[in-house]
Amino acid sequence: MANRNTVRGKVAVIGVGETTYYKRGQSPDPEFVLMLKAVLKACQDAGLDPREIDGFASYSDDRNSSIRLGDALGVKQINFSNMVWGGGGGGGSAAMANAAAGIIAGYADYVVAYRGLAQGQFGRFGGSGRAPAPVAAGAAAFTAPYGISSPGQSYAPRMMRYMHDHGVKQAAMRAVAMASYHHAQSNPNAVMRGRPLTEEMYDNSRWITEPFHLFDCCLENDGAAAVILTSAERARDFPHKPVYILGAAQGSATRNGTVGNFGAPTSNFTTLAPRLYAQAGVGPKDVDVLQSYENFTGGVVMSIVEHGFCEPEEVNEFFTTKNFYAPTGKLPLNTSGGNLAECYMHGLELNIEGVRQVRGDSHSQVPDVEISMVTSGPLTQPISNMIMSSERG
Amino acid sequence: MTTQTRQTERKDGYLGHMLAPAPSPDGLGKEFWDAVRRHELVVQRCNDCKQYQWGPEYICYHCHSFNLGYQKVSGRGRLYTWERVWHPLHEKVADRVPYIIAIVELPDAGNVRMVGNLVGDPLQQVRIGSEVEVVFEDHATADPYTLVQWRQL
Repeated sequence: MANRNTVRGKVAVIGVGETTYYKRGQSPDPEFVLMLKAVLKACQDAGLDPREIDGFASYSDDRNSSIRLGDALGVKQINFSNMVWGGGGGGGSAAMANAAAGIIAGYADYVVAYRGLAQGQFGRFGGSGRAPAPVAAGAAAFTAPYGISSPGQSYAPRMMRYMHDHGVKQAAMRAVAMASYHHAQSNPNAVMRGRPLTEEMYDNSRWITEPFHLFDCCLENDGAAAVILTSAERARDFPHKPVYILGAAQGSATRNGTVGNFGAPTSNFTTLAPRLYAQAGVGPKDVDVLQSYENFTGGVVMSIVEHGFCEPEEVNEFFTTKNFYAPTGKLPLNTSGGNLAECYMHGLELNIEGVRQVRGDSHSQVPDVEISMVTSGPLTQPISNMIMSSERG
Repeated sequence: MTTQTRQTERKDGYLGHMLAPAPSPDGLGKEFWDAVRRHELVVQRCNDCKQYQWGPEYICYHCHSFNLGYQKVSGRGRLYTWERVWHPLHEKVADRVPYIIAIVELPDAGNVRMVGNLVGDPLQQVRIGSEVEVVFEDHATADPYTLVQWRQL
């Protein structure tokens, strides 16, 4: 740790906010209203006057610009304005990390990291539409004319190769889906609450694209989520126990997104995981609870391995509901229901659940959480991850 | 008609005339698609350091030369990985599911990988590591084009 810059213990989350989560296209509110409501809820949770927000950080080309949000809320000034490029939900932890960087640098004091979308208003996220343009130009020409037009179709071949290389069985992915649905049953804001999943339902569900069944794929939702961050010093003056950021990393391994690398059996976390642990000064054995972004369960399998929780050859033994169910599992996983069963808020709901676990107010609380980890958006690029803690470290 | 003949005998190609490929608006990739029209498989290669790269770019990622060309390759490869798509996302392929996507490694081009369909029976046994060969699939549309497909040997 010596002579290394780190975010460790310098910034804390003081408030989180989420709207009601809706199925895709079912939000009664316009997207911007959802976003405003989530920011106001986060401020209320923090005990912060919304006009004190002076920084904005988002990702995935969020349409709700910092300027419009700042103007609408009448913030006193905008001192930090930040966007993580592309990558679906890969920028969730990165948006929070950039907020932290802005605070550490002294650019801003109270930064909101946020994500909101209403697909009824703006169209479906992640697909190229039902009536494609007659021509696929540029990079898309090498995939789209062959019937690859969705994230699932882009990433299924990675898991197919991973299963081949390491003998991973379908049941490993099923355990990930089971964990999300199990935890969603206790979460009042989970879209899939009241709709439990059984192993038989999983096994009998239709293929979307092999090796992904229906329940291996994330939901599609409308909603908004927001997180307020400030310096560790300021955080002490707010009502909630501060949730400190111990470490964060973002980025991509080399040439992950080129078509020449299509189907690579990796979550793309190989370069990020060591940097995360070095920042935080902890290792996988220290992690009490994990929120691992499930765009697809196969991505979770590879993420968990690449973060050092087990070896590839141990996946079939390690990926069990016993290990993943809170509160007693060895590695409680996606304890709010996550992208599969709470809401696909592009992973920011996972970061919020990571905060709740540290505070002790999750609906599937793990006892005495000190180290809470979140991984955002495997397979794509850029992606990100984060470790939060009850202690400054 | 069996599933197998359904897809091998279609005159409009494996997925029909769903989507024509094109170079980038600035022309990047044009040499590849022109070569494919001539039924030649080429891969971008640096004229200076001889490194292969895929997809096309203006610069060699290895030596940063802008002096890039396209090298003709054998059209033989190894099946690196695959998927079988059952849920159609486009109306134009609604009657074409399931279909197989093949990711093919090219040993004679630095092991870069290309993406295409695996022609033949969509329910065929697919074996990672199997030898495959290129199939040029011509589309006789008003603005004709050719796709690069693959067949298990």
